[in-house]
Amino acid sequence: MSKKIVNSIIFTFMCLMVIVFLTPIYFIVLNSFKGKLFISDAPFAIPTSETFAMLTNYVNGVTKTGFFSAFLWSLFITVFSVVAIILFTSMIAYYITRVKSKVTSLIYYMFVFSMIVPFQMVMFTMSKLADMLKLNTPWGMVLLYLGFGAGLSVFMFSGFIKSIPLEIEEASMIDGCNPLQTFFGIVMPILKPTVVTVAILNAMWVWNDYLLPYLVIGVATNYKTIPVAVQYLIGSYGEKDMGAMMALLVLAIIPIVIFYLACQKFIIEGVVAGAVKG
Amino acid sequence: MQKAIRKYGAIFVLPTLVAFMIAFVIPFIMGLYLSFCEFTTVTDATFTGLSNYIKAFSGKDFINAMLFTVKFAVVAVVFINLLAFFMALLLTRKMKGTNLFRTVFFMPNLIGGIVLGYIWQSMINAILVQYETTLVADANAGFWGLVILINWQMIGYMMIIYIAGLQNVSTDLLEAARIDGANTIKTLLFVKIPMVMPSITICLFLTVSNCFKLFDQNLALTAGAPSKKTAMLALDIYNSFYNRVGFEGVGQAKAVIFFVIVAVIALTQLTITRRKEVEQ
Repeated sequence: MSKKIVNSIIFTFMCLMVIVFLTPIYFIVLNSFKGKLFISDAPFAIPTSETFAMLTNYVNGVTKTGFFSAFLWSLFITVFSVVAIILFTSMIAYYITRVKSKVTSLIYYMFVFSMIVPFQMVMFTMSKLADMLKLNTPWGMVLLYLGFGAGLSVFMFSGFIKSIPLEIEEASMIDGCNPLQTFFGIVMPILKPTVVTVAILNAMWVWNDYLLPYLVIGVATNYKTIPVAVQYLIGSYGEKDMGAMMALLVLAIIPIVIFYLACQKFIIEGVVAGAVKG
Repeated sequence: MQKAIRKYGAIFVLPTLVAFMIAFVIPFIMGLYLSFCEFTTVTDATFTGLSNYIKAFSGKDFINAMLFTVKFAVVAVVFINLLAFFMALLLTRKMKGTNLFRTVFFMPNLIGGIVLGYIWQSMINAILVQYETTLVADANAGFWGLVILINWQMIGYMMIIYIAGLQNVSTDLLEAARIDGANTIKTLLFVKIPMVMPSITICLFLTVSNCFKLFDQNLALTAGAPSKKTAMLALDIYNSFYNRVGFEGVGQAKAVIFFVIVAVIALTQLTITRRKEVEQ
Protein backbone atom coordinates (compact mmCIF):
# COMPACT_ATOMS: atom_id res chain seq x y z
CA MET A 1 0.00 0.00 0.00
CA SER A 2 1.28 3.44 -0.77
CA LYS A 3 1.91 5.87 2.03
CA LYS A 4 -0.90 8.09 0.81
CA ILE A 5 -3.57 5.41 1.22
CA VAL A 6 -2.29 4.41 4.67
CA ASN A 7 -2.31 8.02 5.76
CA SER A 8 -5.86 8.59 4.61
CA ILE A 9 -7.02 5.45 6.44
CA ILE A 10 -5.35 6.72 9.60
CA PHE A 11 -6.82 10.17 9.07
CA THR A 12 -10.34 8.71 8.82
CA PHE A 13 -9.73 6.60 11.93
CA MET A 14 -8.54 9.65 13.87
CA CYS A 15 -11.59 11.63 12.78
CA LEU A 16 -13.78 8.82 14.12
CA MET A 17 -11.86 8.93 17.40
CA VAL A 18 -12.44 12.69 17.58
CA ILE A 19 -16.17 12.06 17.23
CA VAL A 20 -16.02 9.41 19.98
CA PHE A 21 -14.11 11.79 22.25
CA LEU A 22 -16.52 14.65 21.67
CA THR A 23 -19.71 12.60 22.07
CA PRO A 24 -20.11 13.19 25.84
CA ILE A 25 -19.72 16.94 25.34
CA TYR A 26 -22.15 16.90 22.41
CA PHE A 27 -24.58 14.90 24.56
CA ILE A 28 -24.75 17.36 27.46
CA VAL A 29 -24.85 20.43 25.23
CA LEU A 30 -27.70 18.92 23.20
CA ASN A 31 -29.77 17.91 26.18
CA SER A 32 -29.21 21.13 28.06
CA PHE A 33 -31.56 22.73 25.52
CA LYS A 34 -34.35 20.18 25.93
CA GLY A 35 -37.27 20.33 28.33
CA LYS A 36 -36.45 18.25 31.40
CA LEU A 37 -39.26 15.79 30.75
CA PHE A 38 -38.09 15.01 27.21
CA ILE A 39 -34.47 14.14 27.93
CA SER A 40 -35.00 10.46 28.75
CA ASP A 41 -37.25 9.82 25.70
CA ALA A 42 -34.70 10.16 22.93
CA PRO A 43 -31.44 11.20 24.55
CA PHE A 44 -29.37 11.52 21.39
CA ALA A 45 -31.95 13.31 19.24
CA ILE A 46 -31.59 16.96 18.32
CA PRO A 47 -34.19 19.12 20.10
CA THR A 48 -37.37 19.63 18.07
CA SER A 49 -39.77 22.52 18.33
CA GLU A 50 -41.72 20.49 20.87
CA THR A 51 -38.78 19.55 23.10
CA PHE A 52 -36.72 22.74 22.72
CA ALA A 53 -36.56 24.56 26.02
CA MET A 54 -34.66 27.74 25.17
CA LEU A 55 -32.59 28.73 28.19
CA THR A 56 -34.97 27.48 30.89
CA ASN A 57 -32.52 24.83 32.05
CA TYR A 58 -29.72 27.35 32.27
CA VAL A 59 -31.83 29.70 34.33
CA ASN A 60 -32.80 26.83 36.66
CA GLY A 61 -29.27 25.50 36.95
CA VAL A 62 -27.83 28.91 37.72
CA THR A 63 -30.41 29.94 40.29
CA LYS A 64 -30.59 26.59 42.12
CA THR A 65 -26.85 26.46 42.75
CA GLY A 66 -25.81 30.09 42.72
CA PHE A 67 -23.51 29.23 39.84
CA PHE A 68 -22.06 32.69 39.34
CA SER A 69 -21.10 33.00 42.97
CA ALA A 70 -19.54 29.53 42.79
CA PHE A 71 -17.64 30.59 39.68
CA LEU A 72 -16.30 33.68 41.42
CA TRP A 73 -15.24 31.76 44.54
CA SER A 74 -13.56 29.11 42.41
CA LEU A 75 -11.72 31.86 40.56
CA PHE A 76 -10.79 33.67 43.78
CA ILE A 77 -9.43 30.56 45.51
CA THR A 78 -7.60 29.33 42.41
CA VAL A 79 -5.94 32.67 41.59
CA PHE A 80 -4.79 33.48 45.11
CA SER A 81 -3.68 29.90 45.84
CA VAL A 82 -1.60 29.76 42.68
CA VAL A 83 -0.04 33.16 43.36
CA ALA A 84 0.76 32.18 46.96
CA ILE A 85 2.18 28.81 45.90
CA ILE A 86 4.45 30.35 43.27
CA LEU A 87 5.66 33.19 45.46
CA PHE A 88 6.24 31.31 48.71
CA THR A 89 7.31 27.86 47.55
CA SER A 90 9.92 29.30 45.20
CA MET A 91 11.29 31.31 48.13
CA ILE A 92 11.57 28.34 50.46
CA ALA A 93 12.97 26.21 47.63
CA TYR A 94 15.65 28.87 47.07
CA TYR A 95 16.52 28.94 50.76
CA ILE A 96 16.79 25.18 51.23
CA THR A 97 18.84 24.77 48.06
CA ARG A 98 21.29 27.58 48.81
CA VAL A 99 21.65 27.16 52.58
CA LYS A 100 23.02 23.72 53.28
CA SER A 101 22.33 22.32 56.73
CA LYS A 102 20.71 19.34 58.39
CA VAL A 103 17.54 21.32 59.01
CA THR A 104 17.11 22.41 55.40
CA SER A 105 17.65 18.92 54.06
CA LEU A 106 15.17 17.57 56.60
CA ILE A 107 12.61 20.12 55.37
CA TYR A 108 13.34 19.17 51.78
CA TYR A 109 12.77 15.48 52.45
CA MET A 110 9.54 16.25 54.30
CA PHE A 111 8.27 18.02 51.18
CA VAL A 112 9.27 15.12 48.95
CA PHE A 113 7.63 12.70 51.39
CA SER A 114 4.37 14.66 51.32
CA MET A 115 4.08 14.06 47.56
CA ILE A 116 3.46 10.35 48.00
CA VAL A 117 0.89 10.69 50.80
CA PRO A 118 -2.69 10.37 49.51
CA PHE A 119 -5.17 13.01 50.62
CA GLN A 120 -7.34 10.45 52.45
CA MET A 121 -4.54 9.96 54.97
CA VAL A 122 -4.83 13.51 56.30
CA MET A 123 -8.32 14.59 55.25
CA PHE A 124 -10.10 13.95 58.54
CA THR A 125 -7.50 15.42 60.87
CA MET A 126 -6.76 18.30 58.50
CA SER A 127 -10.39 19.38 58.23
CA LYS A 128 -10.83 19.20 62.02
CA LEU A 129 -7.66 21.22 62.55
CA ALA A 130 -8.78 23.75 59.94
CA ASP A 131 -12.08 24.11 61.80
CA MET A 132 -10.33 24.71 65.11
CA LEU A 133 -8.07 27.34 63.55
CA LYS A 134 -11.07 29.04 61.85
CA LEU A 135 -9.63 28.38 58.40
CA ASN A 136 -13.05 27.55 56.93
CA THR A 137 -13.03 30.66 54.74
CA PRO A 138 -11.73 31.30 51.21
CA TRP A 139 -8.53 32.82 52.63
CA GLY A 140 -8.12 29.80 54.85
CA MET A 141 -8.43 27.63 51.76
CA VAL A 142 -5.58 29.55 50.17
CA LEU A 143 -3.39 28.74 53.17
CA LEU A 144 -4.33 25.05 53.04
CA TYR A 145 -3.66 24.82 49.32
CA LEU A 146 -0.28 26.46 49.88
CA GLY A 147 0.53 23.84 52.50
CA PHE A 148 -0.76 20.83 50.64
CA GLY A 149 0.55 21.92 47.24
CA ALA A 150 3.99 22.78 48.59
CA GLY A 151 5.48 19.31 48.10
CA LEU A 152 5.44 19.11 44.31
CA SER A 153 6.12 22.84 43.83
CA VAL A 154 9.15 22.95 46.15
CA PHE A 155 10.46 19.79 44.52
CA MET A 156 10.20 21.28 41.04
CA PHE A 157 11.62 24.67 41.99
CA SER A 158 14.61 23.26 43.87
CA GLY A 159 15.39 20.94 40.96
CA PHE A 160 15.69 23.98 38.71
CA ILE A 161 17.45 26.26 41.19
CA LYS A 162 20.23 23.66 41.63
CA SER A 163 21.12 24.17 37.95
CA ILE A 164 21.48 27.97 38.22
CA PRO A 165 25.18 28.91 38.57
CA LEU A 166 26.02 30.58 41.88
CA GLU A 167 28.23 33.23 40.24
CA ILE A 168 25.24 35.24 38.99
CA GLU A 169 23.82 35.59 42.48
CA GLU A 170 27.24 36.30 44.02
CA ALA A 171 27.77 39.11 41.52
CA SER A 172 24.47 40.72 42.42
CA MET A 173 25.21 40.41 46.15
CA ILE A 174 28.61 42.02 45.65
CA ASP A 175 26.88 44.83 43.78
CA GLY A 176 24.95 45.49 46.98
CA CYS A 177 21.67 43.65 46.54
CA ASN A 178 20.25 41.95 49.62
CA PRO A 179 19.07 38.34 49.28
CA LEU A 180 15.45 39.40 48.65
CA GLN A 181 16.45 41.75 45.84
CA THR A 182 18.72 39.08 44.40
CA PHE A 183 15.94 36.50 44.53
CA PHE A 184 13.25 38.63 42.93
CA GLY A 185 15.53 40.54 40.54
CA ILE A 186 17.84 37.76 39.37
CA VAL A 187 16.63 34.30 40.30
CA MET A 188 12.89 34.67 39.72
CA PRO A 189 13.23 35.75 36.06
CA ILE A 190 15.46 32.71 35.39
CA LEU A 191 12.86 30.47 37.02
CA LYS A 192 10.15 31.56 34.58
CA PRO A 193 9.69 28.24 32.70
CA THR A 194 9.25 26.38 35.99
CA VAL A 195 6.88 29.09 37.22
CA VAL A 196 4.62 28.43 34.22
CA THR A 197 4.67 24.67 34.81
CA VAL A 198 3.99 24.97 38.54
CA ALA A 199 1.23 27.53 37.93
CA ILE A 200 -0.58 25.32 35.43
CA LEU A 201 -0.33 22.12 37.45
CA ASN A 202 -1.61 23.84 40.59
CA ALA A 203 -4.32 25.82 38.80
CA MET A 204 -5.75 22.61 37.32
CA TRP A 205 -5.65 20.88 40.69
CA VAL A 206 -7.19 23.70 42.73
CA TRP A 207 -9.87 24.56 40.20
CA ASN A 208 -11.10 20.97 39.95
CA ASP A 209 -10.58 19.93 43.56
CA TYR A 210 -13.72 18.76 45.29
CA LEU A 211 -12.92 17.15 48.65
CA LEU A 212 -10.84 19.86 50.28
CA PRO A 213 -13.35 22.71 49.85
CA TYR A 214 -16.24 20.34 50.60
CA LEU A 215 -14.73 19.14 53.87
CA VAL A 216 -13.35 22.48 55.04
CA ILE A 217 -15.97 24.96 53.87
CA GLY A 218 -18.93 22.63 53.33
CA VAL A 219 -22.18 23.24 51.49
CA ALA A 220 -24.00 25.32 54.08
CA THR A 221 -22.15 28.53 53.24
CA ASN A 222 -22.03 30.97 50.36
CA TYR A 223 -18.46 30.00 49.57
CA LYS A 224 -19.26 26.93 47.43
CA THR A 225 -16.83 26.33 44.57
CA ILE A 226 -17.97 24.91 41.21
CA PRO A 227 -17.30 21.21 41.97
CA VAL A 228 -19.01 21.56 45.36
CA ALA A 229 -22.00 23.31 43.76
CA VAL A 230 -22.27 20.62 41.06
CA GLN A 231 -22.18 17.82 43.62
CA TYR A 232 -24.66 19.76 45.77
CA LEU A 233 -27.24 20.04 42.99
CA ILE A 234 -26.80 16.61 41.42
CA GLY A 235 -25.51 14.34 44.15
CA SER A 236 -27.89 15.11 46.97
CA TYR A 237 -31.33 15.84 45.51
CA GLY A 238 -33.87 13.05 45.63
CA GLU A 239 -35.72 13.99 42.48
CA LYS A 240 -33.36 15.20 39.80
CA ASP A 241 -33.95 18.06 37.42
CA MET A 242 -32.13 16.53 34.46
CA GLY A 243 -32.35 19.73 32.45
CA ALA A 244 -30.75 21.91 35.10
CA MET A 245 -28.10 19.25 35.62
CA MET A 246 -27.11 19.25 31.93
CA ALA A 247 -27.01 23.04 31.81
CA LEU A 248 -24.86 23.17 34.93
CA LEU A 249 -22.39 20.65 33.50
CA VAL A 250 -22.11 22.70 30.31
CA LEU A 251 -21.52 25.87 32.33
CA ALA A 252 -18.90 24.09 34.45
CA ILE A 253 -16.77 23.09 31.47
CA ILE A 254 -17.01 26.36 29.51
CA PRO A 255 -14.34 28.18 31.59
CA ILE A 256 -11.99 25.19 31.30
CA VAL A 257 -12.40 24.93 27.53
CA ILE A 258 -11.76 28.66 27.08
CA PHE A 259 -8.69 28.55 29.31
CA TYR A 260 -7.43 25.46 27.46
CA LEU A 261 -7.86 26.93 23.99
CA ALA A 262 -6.19 30.16 25.09
CA CYS A 263 -3.05 28.63 26.60
CA GLN A 264 -3.00 25.18 25.08
CA LYS A 265 0.71 25.13 24.34
CA PHE A 266 1.72 26.00 27.91
CA ILE A 267 -0.78 23.58 29.40
CA ILE A 268 0.38 20.55 27.41
CA GLU A 269 4.06 21.37 27.97
CA GLY A 270 3.50 22.08 31.65
CA VAL A 271 1.61 18.87 32.27
CA VAL A 272 4.22 16.79 30.47
CA ALA A 273 7.07 18.48 32.35
CA GLY A 274 5.23 17.87 35.62
CA ALA A 275 4.70 14.20 34.80
CA VAL A 276 8.30 13.62 33.85
CA LYS A 277 9.77 15.37 36.88
CA GLY A 278 7.17 14.42 39.44
CA MET B 1 26.59 34.25 50.57
CA GLN B 2 24.93 31.61 52.77
CA LYS B 3 25.31 33.94 55.74
CA ALA B 4 23.49 36.77 53.99
CA ILE B 5 20.62 34.50 52.94
CA ARG B 6 20.38 33.05 56.45
CA LYS B 7 19.65 36.53 57.84
CA TYR B 8 16.51 36.62 55.71
CA GLY B 9 15.65 33.02 56.57
CA ALA B 10 12.35 33.78 58.27
CA ILE B 11 10.95 35.63 55.25
CA PHE B 12 12.01 32.92 52.83
CA VAL B 13 10.96 29.93 54.89
CA LEU B 14 8.11 30.74 57.26
CA PRO B 15 5.04 31.31 55.00
CA THR B 16 5.28 27.93 53.29
CA LEU B 17 6.53 26.10 56.37
CA VAL B 18 3.65 27.30 58.57
CA ALA B 19 1.08 26.37 55.93
CA PHE B 20 2.80 23.03 55.40
CA MET B 21 2.71 22.29 59.13
CA ILE B 22 -1.01 23.09 59.38
CA ALA B 23 -2.06 21.37 56.17
CA PHE B 24 0.22 18.37 56.21
CA VAL B 25 2.71 17.63 59.00
CA ILE B 26 0.44 17.99 62.04
CA PRO B 27 -2.57 16.23 60.41
CA PHE B 28 -0.29 13.42 59.24
CA ILE B 29 1.17 12.77 62.70
CA MET B 30 -2.27 13.10 64.32
CA GLY B 31 -3.71 10.72 61.74
CA LEU B 32 -1.03 8.15 62.40
CA TYR B 33 -1.66 8.34 66.15
CA LEU B 34 -5.46 8.37 65.83
CA SER B 35 -5.45 5.19 63.77
CA PHE B 36 -4.69 3.44 67.07
CA CYS B 37 -7.48 5.26 68.94
CA GLU B 38 -11.21 5.38 69.22
CA PHE B 39 -12.63 8.87 68.67
CA THR B 40 -15.44 10.86 67.08
CA THR B 41 -13.86 14.31 67.00
CA VAL B 42 -10.11 14.51 67.29
CA THR B 43 -10.08 15.69 70.92
CA ASP B 44 -11.80 12.73 72.60
CA ALA B 45 -9.38 9.98 71.58
CA THR B 46 -8.72 6.93 73.73
CA PHE B 47 -5.93 4.53 72.85
CA THR B 48 -7.18 1.13 71.69
CA GLY B 49 -4.12 -0.45 70.07
CA LEU B 50 -4.61 -2.39 66.88
CA SER B 51 -8.37 -2.85 67.19
CA ASN B 52 -9.10 -0.38 64.35
CA TYR B 53 -6.88 -2.32 61.99
CA ILE B 54 -8.53 -5.60 62.98
CA LYS B 55 -11.97 -4.05 62.45
CA ALA B 56 -10.91 -2.68 59.05
CA PHE B 57 -10.08 -6.17 57.84
CA SER B 58 -12.90 -8.01 59.56
CA GLY B 59 -15.60 -6.02 57.74
CA LYS B 60 -16.38 -7.05 54.16
CA ASP B 61 -16.38 -3.52 52.72
CA PHE B 62 -12.67 -2.79 52.85
CA ILE B 63 -11.59 -6.10 51.33
CA ASN B 64 -14.22 -5.74 48.60
CA ALA B 65 -13.09 -2.20 47.88
CA MET B 66 -9.50 -3.36 47.66
CA LEU B 67 -10.32 -6.18 45.24
CA PHE B 68 -12.48 -3.85 43.15
CA THR B 69 -9.70 -1.25 43.05
CA VAL B 70 -7.07 -3.76 41.97
CA LYS B 71 -9.34 -5.21 39.29
CA PHE B 72 -10.22 -1.76 38.05
CA ALA B 73 -6.61 -0.58 38.07
CA VAL B 74 -5.33 -3.58 36.11
CA VAL B 75 -8.00 -3.36 33.41
CA ALA B 76 -7.83 0.44 33.15
CA VAL B 77 -4.02 0.61 33.04
CA VAL B 78 -3.82 -1.97 30.24
CA PHE B 79 -6.48 -0.27 28.12
CA ILE B 80 -5.24 3.29 28.66
CA ASN B 81 -1.63 2.49 27.82
CA LEU B 82 -2.32 0.30 24.80
CA LEU B 83 -4.71 2.82 23.27
CA ALA B 84 -2.54 5.82 24.12
CA PHE B 85 0.58 4.20 22.68
CA PHE B 86 -1.26 3.13 19.53
CA MET B 87 -2.62 6.62 18.98
CA ALA B 88 0.79 8.15 19.67
CA LEU B 89 2.29 5.91 16.96
CA LEU B 90 -0.33 7.06 14.47
CA LEU B 91 0.15 10.71 15.39
CA THR B 92 3.94 10.71 14.90
CA ARG B 93 3.62 10.08 11.16
CA LYS B 94 3.79 13.78 10.21
CA MET B 95 0.24 13.79 8.97
CA LYS B 96 -2.02 16.79 8.52
CA GLY B 97 -4.42 17.52 11.36
CA THR B 98 -2.08 16.11 14.01
CA ASN B 99 -2.29 19.23 16.16
CA LEU B 100 -6.06 19.31 16.09
CA PHE B 101 -6.24 15.65 17.10
CA ARG B 102 -3.83 16.21 19.98
CA THR B 103 -5.86 19.18 21.19
CA VAL B 104 -9.12 17.22 21.23
CA PHE B 105 -7.74 14.06 22.82
CA PHE B 106 -6.01 15.95 25.62
CA MET B 107 -8.96 18.14 26.58
CA PRO B 108 -10.87 15.71 28.87
CA ASN B 109 -7.84 15.65 31.14
CA LEU B 110 -8.58 19.21 32.22
CA ILE B 111 -12.16 18.57 33.31
CA GLY B 112 -12.45 17.85 37.01
CA GLY B 113 -13.48 14.43 38.32
CA ILE B 114 -16.88 15.48 39.69
CA VAL B 115 -18.05 17.18 36.48
CA LEU B 116 -16.58 14.39 34.38
CA GLY B 117 -18.33 11.76 36.47
CA TYR B 118 -21.73 13.36 36.07
CA ILE B 119 -21.31 13.90 32.32
CA TRP B 120 -20.72 10.18 31.91
CA GLN B 121 -23.36 9.21 34.44
CA SER B 122 -26.04 11.04 32.49
CA MET B 123 -24.89 9.63 29.16
CA ILE B 124 -24.44 6.01 30.31
CA ASN B 125 -27.80 6.07 32.06
CA ALA B 126 -29.43 7.43 28.92
CA ILE B 127 -28.08 4.41 27.03
CA LEU B 128 -28.82 1.87 29.79
CA VAL B 129 -32.41 3.04 30.02
CA GLN B 130 -33.01 1.43 26.63
CA TYR B 131 -32.08 -1.90 28.24
CA GLU B 132 -34.18 -1.15 31.32
CA THR B 133 -31.36 -0.83 33.79
CA THR B 134 -29.22 1.99 35.30
CA LEU B 135 -25.82 2.49 36.88
CA VAL B 136 -27.47 2.31 40.29
CA ALA B 137 -28.77 -1.20 39.59
CA ASP B 138 -25.97 -2.88 37.70
CA ALA B 139 -22.49 -3.26 39.25
CA ASN B 140 -21.03 -4.54 36.00
CA ALA B 141 -22.17 -1.44 34.16
CA GLY B 142 -20.62 0.62 36.95
CA PHE B 143 -17.27 -1.13 36.55
CA TRP B 144 -17.09 -0.72 32.78
CA GLY B 145 -18.50 2.78 33.06
CA LEU B 146 -15.57 3.69 35.30
CA VAL B 147 -13.11 2.04 32.92
CA ILE B 148 -14.48 3.95 29.92
CA LEU B 149 -14.55 7.21 31.86
CA ILE B 150 -10.94 6.92 33.03
CA ASN B 151 -9.86 5.99 29.50
CA TRP B 152 -11.58 9.08 28.16
CA GLN B 153 -9.83 11.20 30.76
CA MET B 154 -6.31 9.79 30.63
CA ILE B 155 -5.67 8.52 27.09
CA GLY B 156 -4.85 11.99 25.78
CA TYR B 157 -2.48 12.73 28.64
CA MET B 158 -0.54 9.46 28.26
CA MET B 159 -0.59 9.86 24.48
CA ILE B 160 1.22 13.20 24.77
CA ILE B 161 3.95 11.61 26.93
CA TYR B 162 4.34 8.75 24.45
CA ILE B 163 4.51 11.21 21.54
CA ALA B 164 7.30 13.10 23.30
CA GLY B 165 9.14 9.81 23.79
CA LEU B 166 8.67 8.66 20.20
CA GLN B 167 9.84 11.98 18.80
CA ASN B 168 13.12 11.54 20.70
CA VAL B 169 13.94 8.30 18.90
CA SER B 170 16.74 9.35 16.56
CA THR B 171 16.04 9.19 12.84
CA ASP B 172 19.50 7.67 12.26
CA LEU B 173 18.46 4.65 14.27
CA LEU B 174 15.23 4.22 12.33
CA GLU B 175 17.11 4.69 9.07
CA ALA B 176 19.64 2.03 10.07
CA ALA B 177 16.85 -0.40 10.96
CA ARG B 178 15.23 0.23 7.59
CA ILE B 179 18.46 -0.39 5.68
CA ASP B 180 19.00 -3.62 7.65
CA GLY B 181 15.65 -4.74 6.28
CA ALA B 182 13.43 -4.39 9.35
CA ASN B 183 9.74 -4.04 8.53
CA THR B 184 7.30 -1.80 10.39
CA ILE B 185 6.49 -4.36 13.07
CA LYS B 186 10.12 -5.29 13.70
CA THR B 187 11.09 -1.61 13.90
CA LEU B 188 8.34 -1.10 16.45
CA LEU B 189 9.27 -4.10 18.60
CA PHE B 190 13.06 -3.89 18.50
CA VAL B 191 13.77 -0.18 18.04
CA LYS B 192 10.90 2.05 19.04
CA ILE B 193 9.61 0.24 22.14
CA PRO B 194 13.06 -0.25 23.75
CA MET B 195 13.86 3.41 23.06
CA VAL B 196 10.70 4.72 24.71
CA MET B 197 10.95 2.53 27.82
CA PRO B 198 11.39 5.61 30.08
CA SER B 199 8.07 7.01 28.80
CA ILE B 200 6.41 3.63 29.31
CA THR B 201 7.61 3.50 32.93
CA ILE B 202 6.32 7.01 33.60
CA CYS B 203 2.94 6.31 32.02
CA LEU B 204 2.49 2.98 33.78
CA PHE B 205 3.10 4.48 37.18
CA LEU B 206 1.04 7.60 36.53
CA THR B 207 -1.92 5.46 35.49
CA VAL B 208 -1.48 2.95 38.32
CA SER B 209 -1.27 5.58 41.04
CA ASN B 210 -4.09 7.69 39.56
CA CYS B 211 -6.34 4.64 39.30
CA PHE B 212 -5.58 3.62 42.87
CA LYS B 213 -6.30 7.08 44.22
CA LEU B 214 -9.44 7.65 42.15
CA PHE B 215 -12.16 9.29 44.22
CA ASP B 216 -14.14 12.12 42.56
CA GLN B 217 -15.03 10.12 39.46
CA ASN B 218 -16.09 7.16 41.59
CA LEU B 219 -18.25 9.34 43.82
CA ALA B 220 -19.94 11.08 40.89
CA LEU B 221 -20.45 8.10 38.59
CA THR B 222 -21.77 5.42 40.95
CA ALA B 223 -21.09 6.51 44.55
CA GLY B 224 -20.52 2.81 45.20
CA ALA B 225 -24.00 1.71 44.07
CA PRO B 226 -25.37 -0.94 44.03
CA SER B 227 -24.77 -1.70 47.74
CA LYS B 228 -21.09 -0.61 47.78
CA LYS B 229 -20.15 -3.08 45.05
CA THR B 230 -18.43 -0.36 42.99
CA ALA B 231 -16.81 1.54 45.87
CA MET B 232 -13.05 1.94 45.50
CA LEU B 233 -10.59 2.28 48.39
CA ALA B 234 -10.69 6.07 48.65
CA LEU B 235 -14.49 6.09 48.64
CA ASP B 236 -14.64 3.32 51.24
CA ILE B 237 -12.35 5.33 53.52
CA TYR B 238 -14.52 8.39 53.01
CA ASN B 239 -17.65 6.39 53.88
CA SER B 240 -16.12 5.05 57.10
CA PHE B 241 -15.21 8.58 58.18
CA TYR B 242 -18.36 10.44 57.29
CA ASN B 243 -21.23 8.02 56.75
CA ARG B 244 -20.86 5.69 59.73
CA VAL B 245 -20.90 7.02 63.28
CA GLY B 246 -18.25 5.48 65.52
CA PHE B 247 -16.08 4.31 62.64
CA GLU B 248 -13.75 7.33 62.43
CA GLY B 249 -10.90 5.32 63.93
CA VAL B 250 -11.47 2.47 61.51
CA GLY B 251 -11.51 4.99 58.66
CA GLN B 252 -8.18 6.39 59.81
CA ALA B 253 -6.69 2.89 60.04
CA LYS B 254 -7.88 2.18 56.50
CA ALA B 255 -6.33 5.48 55.41
CA VAL B 256 -2.97 4.44 56.86
CA ILE B 257 -3.12 1.12 54.99
CA PHE B 258 -4.08 3.03 51.83
CA PHE B 259 -1.11 5.35 52.34
CA VAL B 260 1.25 2.36 52.68
CA ILE B 261 -0.05 0.83 49.42
CA VAL B 262 0.32 4.10 47.51
CA ALA B 263 3.78 4.71 49.01
CA VAL B 264 4.98 1.25 47.98
CA ILE B 265 3.84 1.90 44.40
CA ALA B 266 5.64 5.26 44.37
CA LEU B 267 8.85 3.85 45.86
CA THR B 268 8.90 0.99 43.36
CA GLN B 269 8.67 3.55 40.58
CA LEU B 270 11.50 5.57 42.09
CA THR B 271 13.84 2.56 42.32
CA ILE B 272 13.05 1.45 38.78
CA THR B 273 13.64 4.92 37.28
CA ARG B 274 16.81 5.38 39.34
CA ARG B 275 18.21 2.06 38.13
CA LYS B 276 17.43 3.01 34.52
CA GLU B 277 19.22 6.33 34.90
CA VAL B 278 22.36 4.58 36.12
CA GLU B 279 22.36 2.23 33.15
CA GLN B 280 22.19 5.02 30.59
